Amino acid sequence: MTEIFGIPTQALFGQLLIGLINGAFYAMLSLGLAVIFGLLNIINFTHGAQYMMGAFLAWFLLERAGIGYWWALLIAPVVVGVTGIVIERTMLARLYKLDHLYGLLLTFGLALIIQGVFTNAYGSSGQPYRLPQEFTGAYNLGFMFLPKYRAWVIVLSLIVCLSTWFVIERTKLGAYLRAATENPALVQAFGINVPRMITLTYGFGVGLAGLAGVMAAPIYQVSPQMGANLIIVVFAVVVIGGMGSILGAILTGFGLGVVEGLTKVFYPEASNTVIFVIMVIVLLVKPAGLFGRER
Amino acid sequence: MATPASPATVPSRRTFVVATLALAALLGVAPLLGIYPIFVMKALCFALFACAFNLLIGFGGLLSFGHAMFLGTAGYVTAYAAKEWGWPPEAAILIGTAASTALGVVTGALAIRRQGIYFAMITLALAQMLFFFYLQAPFTHGEDGIQQVPRGKLFGFIDLSNTLVMYYTVAVIFLAAFVLIYRIVHSPFGQVLKAIRENEPRAISLGYDADRYKLLAFVLSAGLSGLAGSVKAIVFQLASLTDVHWTMSGEVVLMVLLGGMGTIFGPVVGAFVIVAIESYLTAGIVIGAWRFGPEWAIVITGLIFVVCVLAFRRGIVGELGAWWVRRKG
Amino acid sequence: MNAFKRTLVGAAVAAALAIPAAHAQVSDNVIKIGVLSDMSSLYTDLAGAGSVLAAKMAVEDSGIEKRGFKVELVSADHQNKPDVGSAIARQWYDQDKVDVIVDVPNSGVALAVNGITKEKGKVFLVSGAASADLTGKACSPNTVHWTYDTWMLANGTGNAIVKTGGDSWFFITADYAFGHALERDTSAVVTKNGGKVLGSVKVPLNTQDFSSFLLQAQASKAKIVGLANAGGDTTNSIKQAAEFGIVKGGQNLAGLLVFLTDVHSLGLPTAQGLIFTETFYWDLNDQSRAFAKRFAPANKGIHPTMVHAGVYSSVLHYLKAVEAAKTDDGTKVVAKMKELPTDDPLFGKGAVRADGRKIHPAYLVEVKKPAESKAPWDYYKVRATIPADQAFRPLKDGDCPLVK
Repeated sequence: MTEIFGIPTQALFGQLLIGLINGAFYAMLSLGLAVIFGLLNIINFTHGAQYMMGAFLAWFLLERAGIGYWWALLIAPVVVGVTGIVIERTMLARLYKLDHLYGLLLTFGLALIIQGVFTNAYGSSGQPYRLPQEFTGAYNLGFMFLPKYRAWVIVLSLIVCLSTWFVIERTKLGAYLRAATENPALVQAFGINVPRMITLTYGFGVGLAGLAGVMAAPIYQVSPQMGANLIIVVFAVVVIGGMGSILGAILTGFGLGVVEGLTKVFYPEASNTVIFVIMVIVLLVKPAGLFGRER
Repeated sequence: MATPASPATVPSRRTFVVATLALAALLGVAPLLGIYPIFVMKALCFALFACAFNLLIGFGGLLSFGHAMFLGTAGYVTAYAAKEWGWPPEAAILIGTAASTALGVVTGALAIRRQGIYFAMITLALAQMLFFFYLQAPFTHGEDGIQQVPRGKLFGFIDLSNTLVMYYTVAVIFLAAFVLIYRIVHSPFGQVLKAIRENEPRAISLGYDADRYKLLAFVLSAGLSGLAGSVKAIVFQLASLTDVHWTMSGEVVLMVLLGGMGTIFGPVVGAFVIVAIESYLTAGIVIGAWRFGPEWAIVITGLIFVVCVLAFRRGIVGELGAWWVRRKG
Repeated sequence: MNAFKRTLVGAAVAAALAIPAAHAQVSDNVIKIGVLSDMSSLYTDLAGAGSVLAAKMAVEDSGIEKRGFKVELVSADHQNKPDVGSAIARQWYDQDKVDVIVDVPNSGVALAVNGITKEKGKVFLVSGAASADLTGKACSPNTVHWTYDTWMLANGTGNAIVKTGGDSWFFITADYAFGHALERDTSAVVTKNGGKVLGSVKVPLNTQDFSSFLLQAQASKAKIVGLANAGGDTTNSIKQAAEFGIVKGGQNLAGLLVFLTDVHSLGLPTAQGLIFTETFYWDLNDQSRAFAKRFAPANKGIHPTMVHAGVYSSVLHYLKAVEAAKTDDGTKVVAKMKELPTDDPLFGKGAVRADGRKIHPAYLVEVKKPAESKAPWDYYKVRATIPADQAFRPLKDGDCPLVK
């Protein structure tokens, strides 16, 4: 058996794949953040809480209504998206004329509220969400046993990420969106309802977070804190990728998942900090991020 | 970045002197009135932390979301020096403050490369990195923290193990730092800083090196936050992960936001209110027909954030100042 | 802003009413118990409101109030912050005439309260915290550590598993002092009993995804995968171990700190086969079942964990000692607690040692398969009982200055 730095090549393949799967979550979350930032200029601190809401909704649907994973995959993101729209209309919309930092502070406060309410309602130790029947078991890839569900995660997130990219970069709707990012007044003058577009964009962005939450429910413990720690890492991912490009968010997400996965093999103690270290290096070399524009 | 919420509610020199003397008198008699000194000391540590933070956001226009790293680093260094090396309190506090200042130079040089939201996120990420460092480093004892830190004798003869002596020491340190911050804000440096906040390109075109000013503001803020952390470690005789966790960074933002960004007294008021809420909430607060137990603390904190941002952006002191101006004018 | 104003007024009034503490004497005949716990985050389910309830039940069951003593109960949330916890403890002792502080999950807060309690000469009954230092280097004549500690967890789990054939181990360790201590102590026990440690991996706290580490554990071919972590890290690693078929592949998971509420939140399909050590299980005997039957309905259905049970029986023993010593002077009461043998419905007969360690049996339990579980919360099979005299660290090994 061949080895790389003392690690069997086969095991390394396995770890790379695992890293890619974790990257799928980073990609979906940073994509949502990037879309929201692009149009609203707001860093959505509530993103982690909305991811958690998605997971809880999946659990709630199964536990209280007997509605399974597939429907949850559809319903939960819509519900999270709708709550997002309510938040945007009632609160965020009042802040657009102010400094962008107020958006950050508001969403930070909202994240605390959501997290606190869920802790009070469902306790702190979390809820079990069973792996859907279809996904029990694993594929034998030769170099590792890949649980079927993990394979599904990577496929689904690729589909979601690429279609989002396609819509924004390659369709007319996307063109309006991009134009509104550059110059909202001009787009408004063309008869396009920019405020509505902003609302829907926010709804879509947090819906993505909700979707990621449903996807996470079968593999991570569904608990009120599940989003809080993840969100800071995702912020770092966004800084590294730079805010300008959708594709940048996706690629950085997957890429950093892989880097983190490798760290878990070679120097696990640093696996939670490696992304921050990369962030520092990127900032020194390329302050706007790997794919970002100066703005 | 402009800070629209705070039309620089900086009081005149006379108002400042009168108010500060009143504050000093209040602090002086507080223990005699039966106000629990430990509570006031805690509030004073946070007030100093909030004032240091306000120096950056209120006058420099920079929102750091990782300021806990300065509070916590100084706390750990001070606690370690006092406990393991047996240093006297003044030396332990000095080295703690120095450590945070040095950290401020490094992190500041990185963070000021970007502005606004990026700046906030970079400071947050750096602080998170440091959190993991302290969590894993053996000398912090992880979750246990550095405990039983001796208070020692200040300058060799002032015995800090006496609560009241400790209290007046903290009060003096706080007032000194508070006056220092006022002086910084009103120095030529402070004026340039405000000019940069209002319109950076113009300040640069006038020949000011904006980045150097911002870095200096960042380092000053880091050092003063460190002073707060060092004193806190001596007061509570412990240094723990709480003070480097990102929720602490959020808490100081809340104090300044609630008290009034860019006001001199706002952060002090904000810190006292938040510490009071926190203290009384641990046992539950009754408001009308509802009882809010400690489990609601985090929700209430979040609500204050939301309310402040949506309807109360000037903060308590800012609103009072505006009301005063309206009444007079 | 109305809420603020009232809070402020409340705060001002409360502060104005505060008077410096008079030294509590038995003459005032009020025994004031402060339950200091985590009411809002990680440990809420395993301690929290349940601990307050347990203390209340202990006061009722002691019948002490019928004999002319007045008992008051207060509670507070330390939010897992040592500074918050120590501020509350100081205020309770200085101002509110609290005689005894109970529970305190979170070692950092517990160590802080330990120091303050000693300084003030009061009583500290630890149930929720794990650090074995509380009866070791940091031991105090005012502290009794009741329920469990890291040494006992490591020893109980390590010892019993090696003896039943689990002689090769791989550790997944939380990378901070707590995890390191658990791994170190367990490894020592495993090797002493002739087992082997094949490897370990240090994982940062609050890691979401353990699959990478689980693959390393799988590749090590160790019979036992030891989880030297706690809380969300433990539940996430167990959940993902099920996904990667660790247990199905013939390896066993050994949790070093798992509570009943963790098993409940994982569900039996995921948690089945997990082995760990507890000092109390509600379905152990008639008395423990009777306790659970009263306890659960008043605690949102959550059955008593060993932390809850520890709060109950430590308060019971404390009240007994107060009556016997005819004083609520902290140091004297703790001395009395050490003198009197303990006997209560939940932990049976036992004793409090000179270093403050409460001694009772421990149980190595295995989580049932879903088919074996007959009722809600019917989760454990007891695999082995570790007698009281072997369950905890020998008195002489603790470096406690009280032990000469």
